[in-house]
Order: sequence, then C-alpha cells, then structure tokens
Amino acid sequence: MNEELYGEAIKDLAAREPVVLDGADASATLDNPLCGDRVTLDVRMEGGRVAAIGHRVKGCLLCKAAATLAAGTAPGLGAEGAARLLDQVSNMLKTGAEPALPALAAFIPVRPHKSRHACVLLPFKALAKVLAAPIP
Amino acid sequence: MSQTIREAFPALARPGFHYLDSAAMAQIPGLVSEAVTHHNRTARSNVRRGLHEMAQRADAAYDGARAAVGRFLGAPAEEVVFTAGCTLALNMAAWGLGRNLGPGDEVVVSRLEHHSACLPWMALAKERGFALRWLGVTPDGRLDLDSLGTVVTPRCKAVAVTHASNVTGAVSDLPRLAEAAHGVGAKLVVDGAQMVPHGRVDPRALGADLYAFAGHKAYGPTGIGVLWGRAEILDGMAPLVVGGGMVGTVEDGDFTWGEPPHRFEAGTPPVAQAVGLAAALNWMADLDWPAVRQQEAALAWHLLDGLRSMDGVRVIGPLGLEARVPVVSFTVAGCHPHDLSHLLAGRGVAVRGGAHCARPLMSALGLEEGTLRASLAPYSDRSDVDALLAGLAEAVKVLR
Repeated sequence: MNEELYGEAIKDLAAREPVVLDGADASATLDNPLCGDRVTLDVRMEGGRVAAIGHRVKGCLLCKAAATLAAGTAPGLGAEGAARLLDQVSNMLKTGAEPALPALAAFIPVRPHKSRHACVLLPFKALAKVLAAPIP
Repeated sequence: MSQTIREAFPALARPGFHYLDSAAMAQIPGLVSEAVTHHNRTARSNVRRGLHEMAQRADAAYDGARAAVGRFLGAPAEEVVFTAGCTLALNMAAWGLGRNLGPGDEVVVSRLEHHSACLPWMALAKERGFALRWLGVTPDGRLDLDSLGTVVTPRCKAVAVTHASNVTGAVSDLPRLAEAAHGVGAKLVVDGAQMVPHGRVDPRALGADLYAFAGHKAYGPTGIGVLWGRAEILDGMAPLVVGGGMVGTVEDGDFTWGEPPHRFEAGTPPVAQAVGLAAALNWMADLDWPAVRQQEAALAWHLLDGLRSMDGVRVIGPLGLEARVPVVSFTVAGCHPHDLSHLLAGRGVAVRGGAHCARPLMSALGLEEGTLRASLAPYSDRSDVDALLAGLAEAVKVLR
C-alpha cells in the first residue's frame, strides 16, 4: 500500500511544529504547481551563513518532513553549502547515492516513487534559492 | 449492466484494479482502439488534399467522424470543429470572441472553472485591457446564480462557464446562464469536458453559443477535442491558428480565411483521433442511458454515503444527486490528498489528489491543500467504490 513511505522517522519530522522567524534578512517561496505544495523559508544571516531559519509549509507529509530537515540542517550553511545539499538529496533520490546525512536516510523509501521526488526536493530547492539570492 | 460495459474496456480487466480517475482520463473501449488502428492501416493519408485511393478513404473517414460528432450533439456537421483537445478549443473560443474587446468591455468567468477555461480569458484580459468579472460559487460548490444580475452587466460580451465541475460535479443551469448572457447581448461559452462523458448533450437547446469538450474524457483517444459553435457565431470568428487548409485566397500582401469549420483546422488535423472519437461517441450513443444514469447515481450515492460516515471527511460539492455528475471530491482532516492518493494507489485504487487545475475554486472554498477526487464512469461498479472506502479507512490509519 506504499506504507513504506510513511515510516515513523518521516512522520516524526512532519509532525514537528515549524519554526517562526521574526526579522528575517531574506525569504524565498517555492511552489510545486503540479501538486500544490508551497514552502516558504525565512533566514537571518551572519557572515554569509545562516544564523537562524524559519519555515512555513503547505504540502503533503513528505514535503513537511523534508522542510523540517532542511531547516534543521541550514544553520551554518552558505550558498555553496545549500546548493551542495540540494545536489546530495537529489542524487540520493534519483541515482541511489548514499545519504549525505544520517537523517536523510528516512527518505530512502521515496527513491522508487519518482512522482514524489519533487515533494522532498522542494524545501531543499527553497533553501538553495534563498541563499543564492543577494542578501540585502 | 455495468459488467457488460466494463467488459468493453480491456484496461479494466486486471483483477484488483479500481479506476476512479475518469474525470482526468477515461478508459478507452477496445473497439475504439481498433477503429484507430483500422484507420491507420487502411486510410492513413492527409485529408482534403489528395486524389488517390487512401486519400479518398481518409476524407470519407474524417467527414464521417465530423458527422458522427454532429449527430451526438444534435448539430449539423458544419458546426463541428476538430481541435487537438478541449484546452485548445477553449483558447480558440476565447481568442475568437475576445480578440477585439478592450477597455470598457467585460467578460464573466466563474470560479468553478478549470484553468483551461478561465486562463485563456485571464490572458486575453491582460492583453486587451477588458475587465474580468468572477461569478462566485455557493458553499456546496455550485455556481452562485443569485448573483448573476449584478455580475453580468450590459458591458458583458461573453460568459464562460463549465457545464459540469471537474471538482464538485455540480451541473450548471445553462438555460438560466444563457438567458442572463443573451439578455445583455453576450455570448455563452461552455466547457463541456465533464458533461459529455455522461451522455448526449444538445448545446444549442441548452442555450450555448460555443461548446467545447475533450476526446480523452469521453472514451476516445488523446489529442482530439471538439469546439461546437452556432454557425452564425463561427462565421464571425477569427481563427487562433493559421496555416494550410484554412485559407480562402493567399496573395503576397494578404490572405482570406476559408469557411468554418475548416477555417479553424489549420494544418494536418488529427484524423485518426477524430475517427476514434467518432467510434467512442457512437459507442456511447448505443448505451441504455436511463440505465447507465441510474447505475451512476446509485454508485455516487453509495460513495457519498460511505464518505459521510467517516470521521473527518468533508465532501466538497453537492451532497445529493440532483444536478450533478458522479465526480466526488472530499478532504480528510489531518491527511493531505497526495499522501492519501499515493496510499490508495498501493491498493490498486486510482484517484486524483490535488487542486485539479481549479485554483480559483480552491481559494473560494478555502481548500489550500486541494482535495481527493473520485470520478465514476459507466464502467464503474460497486467493487470500485467499496475498494476506495476500505482503502481510505486504512490509509487514514497509516497517516494519523
């Protein structure tokens, strides 16, 4: 029944309350127009790296879980690190690469479900987007 | 009765497969696939261009397909335009009627529309500068016809509505909409994509001026749609696409259009697909529709009843059977439609989760995460609905 997608690790990540960040230096919102998922990330920066992050998600359980993980991984990352993280998650899903972080292993069951890769990747794309833009 | 119909669809022979996504793409009877194959084997040639034997067969097949669609719609063949799909047909309608509109003019679209029906008018309004006015919906997902008097003004030049909603299943009162539109001199453009799969339609009798539908939702092939129009409307309309086969004369500095329907069929038309669509509509025309409708209504009621008995389920659309097609959308508290549809897929139940290309409706009804949609067809049976209801109960347990 595809239950393997909804293991306890993913459900636990998805159930965590999103962090609200006031006074963000930059924000990025990304939509997946096909399924309607929407992720918004707010970041506060110090020395070109994420000092604090908040996130808002309207989406499926996989997207919510991925957003929690992306937000949890973001502190200390700069633009290059966020782009590398996106590549790592993408490669883990699409080419079977080993998870770059232990927590990413929760998403291994998503590999064979190509139509759900976008749900997992959306928050990581949003993170790469917000850090790639010049911070005002 | 549905068993006999079901046997006509090879894709449904697989045990344990429950197809409830017909509003997105209906399955295709074996005889329709065979008609397309037979055409390609015996009459594959371009139309209206050749004199050889295959070309003559192709002409006869294409003309015959147009006549079949005309019979289905109770219309002369000359009022039937073949298109590549319903989306193109609706774009052709919008640009055909709206390209000369401008500031001071208004067009009414409803919040019940599929993007294919409202976006052409939104794009055109942006380009031409006319005003777009939205006809709202009631909480049970029907058009708010009580507001017609204020939304449709003397400035209105066109009213674009769906015949049956692809989300709520609500069937629109076309005669009342036609009265409102024609009362101010506006044209009524109708998206019939979700209505045609549930029986013959007579768009002229219903008051429509232009009526579009898709082949793939009406048991036909993909890549084929129809734009029906009253002869006098088509005659005054400009084509959206120009090219071979649609011209009158061509000189260095100018050209003239040909007559409808060919004016709207530039380039090589979808001949084999038109043949397939005709086979599908002929197949439909031979069904015992009172019995089919009774079966569809009984299944829709069984589904609605089952959903109502489940905790946290909200049906989006009419709760009764009056003026609705068997397209049923719903939400389940705490469960995202995509997660549910994926879990159901694992049990062989094919449904659709998402916004169904109907963002204006989702916004109006506060459905940011979309809905789950089960759509029935004449080949659906009780085991399909039972599988959905049982699978849904299990899927909810997995997610909560």
